[in-house]
Amino acid sequence: MRYILCADFGSTYSKLTAVDLQTREILATSKAYTTIETHILDGYNNALAELEAKIGKLEYDRRLAASSAAGGLKMIAVGLVPSLTSNAAKMAASSAGAKLMATYSYELSGAEAAAIEAAKPDILLLSGGIDGGNKDVILHNAKVLAGLAHDMPVIVAGNKSAAEQARDTLEAGGKPVIVVENVMPRFGELNIMPAKSAIRDLFISRIVSAKGLDDAQAIMSAEIVPTPLAVFEACELLACKGELMAVDVGGATTDVYSMTDGTPTGANTIEKGLKEPFAKRSVEGDLGVRYSVPSLVGEAGLEALAANAGLDPAEVSGWLDAVCRDTSVVAERGTPGAAVDDELAASCVGISVARHAGRLESVYTVLGEMMIQTGKDLGGVQILIGTGGSVINSPGAENILRRALATAEDPFALLPRNPRLVIDTGNILTAMGLLSGINRDAALAIMSREFGL
Amino acid sequence: MANTTVVLGVIGADVHAVGNKIIDFAFANAGYNVINLGVMVSQEEFIEAALESDAKAILVSSLYGHGEIDCRGLRAKCDEAGLKDVRVYVGGNLVIGKVDTGMVVETFKNMGFDRVFPSNVPIETALREISEDLGHTIKS
Ligand code: B12
Repeated sequence: MRYILCADFGSTYSKLTAVDLQTREILATSKAYTTIETHILDGYNNALAELEAKIGKLEYDRRLAASSAAGGLKMIAVGLVPSLTSNAAKMAASSAGAKLMATYSYELSGAEAAAIEAAKPDILLLSGGIDGGNKDVILHNAKVLAGLAHDMPVIVAGNKSAAEQARDTLEAGGKPVIVVENVMPRFGELNIMPAKSAIRDLFISRIVSAKGLDDAQAIMSAEIVPTPLAVFEACELLACKGELMAVDVGGATTDVYSMTDGTPTGANTIEKGLKEPFAKRSVEGDLGVRYSVPSLVGEAGLEALAANAGLDPAEVSGWLDAVCRDTSVVAERGTPGAAVDDELAASCVGISVARHAGRLESVYTVLGEMMIQTGKDLGGVQILIGTGGSVINSPGAENILRRALATAEDPFALLPRNPRLVIDTGNILTAMGLLSGINRDAALAIMSREFGL
Repeated sequence: MANTTVVLGVIGADVHAVGNKIIDFAFANAGYNVINLGVMVSQEEFIEAALESDAKAILVSSLYGHGEIDCRGLRAKCDEAGLKDVRVYVGGNLVIGKVDTGMVVETFKNMGFDRVFPSNVPIETALREISEDLGHTIKS
């Protein structure tokens, strides 16, 4: 086995990476526009032509592919208590590479059911109750979901004592159901792998086809996986180099990956709440530099964006309007538009990493001040990777990434303190995640070289 | 898992951990399924654990003297969260200094606790009374 072709079918671009396994090198990369109107393989063929122009026609021993086309893997998670089974379900879906559209808790209301119907998720993950615990809520929710007209597959990963009844209810409503182990079988204990693999299997068996990727699948030698799952696997592999994080800023979403156990790095700290997994992904559907500009500006604030970019708010609004009218606009270097775009990317990084990270809360006890930590302490992260077009194509990429770091203003946010900043200049993380599935050593060697680790 | 589930923990900023382990041991041995939240537990944590686990009772400890403040409103919050049928019990050194035990019990009962166990009550007594309330047959 020598030449490997890695493809990433995106919503706007198809990207190709040709790898030589013998020399452990990336031979060339290419990308081409894909549009919703044209055939999925048009973009692929154009990118392939560009690749061949660079390195000639090669005989590829394997063709591997990831996809985030047609909106990615859209999921909704449902649980019981927000900080417990809902959170566990959310983490399972995120770690499987889903684009999480919403997470619901307690008994679903009519309005929430309508919102699920309108969102048309590709898969719904239903949890609730530890094993032997609460059954009422998951059974109520199964009934509500069974009544929806949208026939999405449902993965039931809740209280084992109620799972089969929930399945029967859902199947009676015409929903395809897969029952797996509870995402939280015992109190406070996460068990996300069974749900994660069920999501992966469903993506392969149903979603690829539903998203019109059959023709793409036909020319590949392995099953297409969700793009964020490939990035997740690249990060997991690279974590042997040290505690690691990656931030992927996209047009619609921002993804954050952390590979660290997140135990307290400060003194007098006790951990509370759910113990989060070593390998964690979070996805922020309201943070992105193009499609999500309105929600991003709502969160970051126009004044703050302008102040950080060193521009007048009116100037910033002007560019934001242009971006919202046409999401494909690209700012020329040195223009105010470019400064705004950098600031948008930096805001995505800052807000998404702060949401991903754990927090401290100070409590005064008779013994003095004590800290309660919820979530992961990222203070000890050694490597922080930035990826996504708006980061890697900016001359100020490192500054954008610095927005993730801890500041004196908020000592209670457990953010990375002093990581090495790495920019995924060649945009290789997805390809390396795919490659890791067939040759871990080669993927690790290439990433280490490209990232200087 | 037909065992009776109870949620256990030491409320507030209290770090006294020894009694908590003894109660956990006693109830687990008596056939309970004990969800032990340990020390420094907030009212919300008790309630969330009881919700997910379908617990029949919440066992609150307070040893450091601030129990009266920490425990206030727990019953009401349980009712609010839909846990009307969940019993709440409290025990430990419930107030600072020497106050008449009868008054202490009265104060906490007025807060909505089903039973109150000052630290001089033997754990066997508490276990027996709680099991009667919950209809749980103690395993020996
Ligand atoms: C060890 C100890 C500490 C250790 C705790 C170490 C640890 N991590 O566990 C340390 C040094 C940290 C400590 C600190 C403090 N302590 Co201290 N501590 C003690 C001591 C000496 C023993 C506690 C113990 O382990 N007892 C043994 C266990 C088995 O008994 P128990 O805790 O009472 O629990 C039993 C019963 O109460 C009952 N029970 C308890 N909860 C419940 C709940 C239910 C539902 C039921 C049925 C039964 C039940 O069952 C348990 C098992 O049998 C006691 C004095 C004493 N002799 O009790 C003081 C004592 C509890 N501490 C006290 C104080 C004041 C403090 C501090 C405020 C001191 C300070 N000024 O710094 C701090 C508070 C720190 C904090 N934030 O919590 C006071 C409390 C006074 C009051 N409430 O009126 C005590 C009583 C000492 C005293 N006489 O003044 N302490």
